[in-house]
Amino acid sequence: MTKPRVAFFDFASCEGCQLQVLSLEDQLLDILGVIDIVTFREAMTEKSDDYDIAFIEGSITTTHDIERIKIIREKAKILIALGQCATTGGVNYLKNFQNLDEVRKYVYGDKAPWFETIKTRPVEAVVKVDYWIYGCPINKDDFLRVVKDILMGKKQQIPAYPVCVECRQKENVCLFEKGQVCMGPVTRGGGCNAWCPTSSHKCYGCRGVVEDPNVNSESALLRKYGYSIDDILNQLRLFDGYREEKT
Amino acid sequence: MTKNVKIDVQYVTRVEGHGNIIIDVKNGQLVDCKLQIIEPPRFFEAMVRGRKFGDIPLITSRICGICAVSHNTVANRSVENAIGVVPSKQTELLRKILFHGEMIQSHILHVYFLVAPDFLKVGSVIPLASTHPDIVKRALRLKKLGNHICEVLAGRHIHPIASVVGGFTKIPSKKELAELKKEIEKHLPDFEATIELCKTLKIPSFERRTEYVALYKDDEYAFIDGVIKSSDGDKLNLKDYKKKAAEYIVKHSAAKHTKGNRDSYMVGALARVNNNFSQLSPLAKEVAKQLGLKTPCYNPYMNSIAQVVECAHCYEDIIRLLDIAIDTAKDEEITFTPKAGTGVGAVEAPRGILFHEYTFDDAGVCTAANCIIPTGQNLENIDLDMRKLVPEIIDLPQDEIRLMLEMLVRAYDPCISCATHFLDVKFV
Repeated sequence: MTKPRVAFFDFASCEGCQLQVLSLEDQLLDILGVIDIVTFREAMTEKSDDYDIAFIEGSITTTHDIERIKIIREKAKILIALGQCATTGGVNYLKNFQNLDEVRKYVYGDKAPWFETIKTRPVEAVVKVDYWIYGCPINKDDFLRVVKDILMGKKQQIPAYPVCVECRQKENVCLFEKGQVCMGPVTRGGGCNAWCPTSSHKCYGCRGVVEDPNVNSESALLRKYGYSIDDILNQLRLFDGYREEKT
Repeated sequence: MTKNVKIDVQYVTRVEGHGNIIIDVKNGQLVDCKLQIIEPPRFFEAMVRGRKFGDIPLITSRICGICAVSHNTVANRSVENAIGVVPSKQTELLRKILFHGEMIQSHILHVYFLVAPDFLKVGSVIPLASTHPDIVKRALRLKKLGNHICEVLAGRHIHPIASVVGGFTKIPSKKELAELKKEIEKHLPDFEATIELCKTLKIPSFERRTEYVALYKDDEYAFIDGVIKSSDGDKLNLKDYKKKAAEYIVKHSAAKHTKGNRDSYMVGALARVNNNFSQLSPLAKEVAKQLGLKTPCYNPYMNSIAQVVECAHCYEDIIRLLDIAIDTAKDEEITFTPKAGTGVGAVEAPRGILFHEYTFDDAGVCTAANCIIPTGQNLENIDLDMRKLVPEIIDLPQDEIRLMLEMLVRAYDPCISCATHFLDVKFV
């Protein structure tokens, strides 16, 4: 079997999700046994325009980005949004809630016209996306799971349950008990292993909002502690402002 | 000699972020020579306005995945200075251990994955997996160790979790700390082999005298807090950081340039080693000697060697710090009452001195922000190095000139995403 040719591309981001891939120290050499990485600017000089699978980190924030992502989409058979900036715009989306001209002036003063910016968009708002790997940053186990699905040609099952499910499996003390307003009840689970609550830190919703937060069984937890779903959704703007503008 | 050279490296590889090298020599005259920064701006300084103080380290850590601990730590320190919080001794100790973890992780990534392929004449670490498997496996082990240190202290390296304004949400147990110490000690042969590898690297000889700027403390090799020390002799308090890092905007860079006493200055491992050599650990001083790093060193290519010297320092110092933590670790509540105010913080990120400044109102909401990034501070120095270097190597074949320039840019370990974010905030 010929190994699929894989390319990594980055747009507006911290490049932390690609670094998470490089941090798969125990699996990296095995991964290189089943795929050929042909383009990965952060890590290699070699590059190729001939690839089957494209991983995209980052969100779309310039008109040049739009052209570039369209070209990548034409070349790739499978396109994956890697990390929260690519799946929902991530923290980059925060600027969309401010006046962009004012934002540019705040940063670049009278030189603002030299630096173009447009409203931040997740990749799926510009081109078709085939797989989504959520989180800021991505979780390495979650990455490996999705990569297996891709290599086996399986359709991705996006979990419809919140972070609380894994948090309880880990037998963590509920952070509401400790007086923290945790986003776990409304945040998409099934990938992070309740990373933050396991470090006794509230979940801050970095994987975006779970499907249908109003009907999920955890919403009762919020009511028990005197919070409404809306209180929490306001906080989730940090990593899922896209959802707010979509709905 | 009337040579024409035109180099346009689109997207320098094996650096963090997007930069191009532009060189134009006509009839032997240097017409154009610059590192162009084309990273899309992200406007963090504007985005944090309106957010509560606790969100700030969460958001600004996302400036950079490679130095997330640096951004998290400096954001915590500047928020604490702004709202009037004094961290406990234990918090200071744990932050230092966490910081050493990132320093090792980042320096190893740079030296093995980004720099070494140039010396071994390959385009990346990937072909080395079959030709030099021992080197690649060692690099992966050491990188993993750096990550592991951060995991024990803060849950993970990229966007650390437990390290927050006022302290840590979870304190590692004495047992976890003791196991961590053992794990680190097991890697001594890997550190030693790294030093042997570096002895074989032929570092290009090139010198340009410049100003070196780094944090300084009386009692230790400074990574977190301190005063701003220049190799020209002056020292500044953190609140006066803008006197040293005077920012200005050039058209070819979405990241702002800065200037200090001279036309440019350098920050990073070489600046720290140059300015604070006497405070390095004994092992680190010995490594510097073995690798031929004599201070003051004016060769920017030696920055990668300075990083290896710092790895030795961090290895020795983290064992010392862990011994203290193993004796004293205890659970601690984070309690404080925030007040309105403005605060500056500074740390030595792996790539150099990093400043954050924030202002909060009575409700703890951020009203102004400013971040000055190491790579932004190095950009003018890189441009001036290239201007001196190109005429010195003009007789080489164009491919070799190009490689020498790419290696120069890489030696600075630029973090372009980092440098392209911020905005200048006017503090009124």
